[in-house]
Amino acid sequence: MSAEHAHAAHHDDHGHDHGSHASYIKGFLLSVILTAIPFGLVMAGGFESRALTAVTVIGFAVVQILVHMVYFLHMNGKQEEGWTMLSTIFTVVVVVILLAGSLWVMYHMNTNMMPQMDHELMQGFGS
Amino acid sequence: MSHATTDTMRQYWELEPHHHPEGASTSLGFWVYLMSDCLMFAVLFAVYGVLGTSFAAGPGPKDLFDLELVAVNTAMLLLSSITFGFAMLAMGKGDQRGTLRWLAVTLFFGLCFLAIELYEFHHLIHIGAGPQRSGFLSAFFTLVGTHGLHVTFGSIWLVTLMVQITRTGLIPANQRRMVCLSMFWHFLDVIWIGVFTFVYLLGMI
Repeated sequence: MSAEHAHAAHHDDHGHDHGSHASYIKGFLLSVILTAIPFGLVMAGGFESRALTAVTVIGFAVVQILVHMVYFLHMNGKQEEGWTMLSTIFTVVVVVILLAGSLWVMYHMNTNMMPQMDHELMQGFGS
Repeated sequence: MSHATTDTMRQYWELEPHHHPEGASTSLGFWVYLMSDCLMFAVLFAVYGVLGTSFAAGPGPKDLFDLELVAVNTAMLLLSSITFGFAMLAMGKGDQRGTLRWLAVTLFFGLCFLAIELYEFHHLIHIGAGPQRSGFLSAFFTLVGTHGLHVTFGSIWLVTLMVQITRTGLIPANQRRMVCLSMFWHFLDVIWIGVFTFVYLLGMI
């Protein structure tokens, strides 16, 4: 036991945190639960409201991604003097802008490009 | 005079190049690569989000996807993630045989994942739901296929690393490669969470 502690301390010196057996198992069990619940929910037909089911499933995915980041990728604010965290936050911001922006713009474009809309416009121009 | 100037400069600048230990910045650099890869996947997710409902009067997610198969696939990738974790722990103890054994188990689960995915793709193409059928299927094959390609190259890297460790042991260079590949492997599992949530689960609601 003390040898294990000495070993852990040795690794902390190098700044590489490979985690411990317990933390990997904990992350794995959490991931299994966080995967099984949304799968079970959708397979069982979901809630009456489709939107509620979708939000629940996405919520579980977000939590599971955080679990993977902490227990498997060993993310913390101190790694590489905070640069790992900073680059991750930057990426998350860009990803959110990219996804939300694309979906928003394309949704509105689809709405405005609907054939009947075109037709109404044509009629408007004609009169 | 010049000596005095150098002394003054020494107060403000480091004149001698300071040495970083070899490979000190590798894990940060590799992380930045993974983040750029993440942006590429984000674009593919956005494409799927935009084209995911363009069925061209063809089959939709509910006609095509088999959630039980996806659940098995997810389990394979999750198991391979934890076994890679065990390989890293074995490496931390300096246990070369243990590392190689856990890497082999990881490779097995990775190949199972690829086999199931190829079976799914083959099945879809066989029933006429190939990438050319509709915008939805083009986006599906691009997104899931790109992830599968990553797992394929990860598996090739895994085999390469197993050969390297067998030949030269757990030398610092090989340990560094292990750290990078473990980040790559766990990152692919994170992307898969997005895939099974947004493509499969939301498609089946």
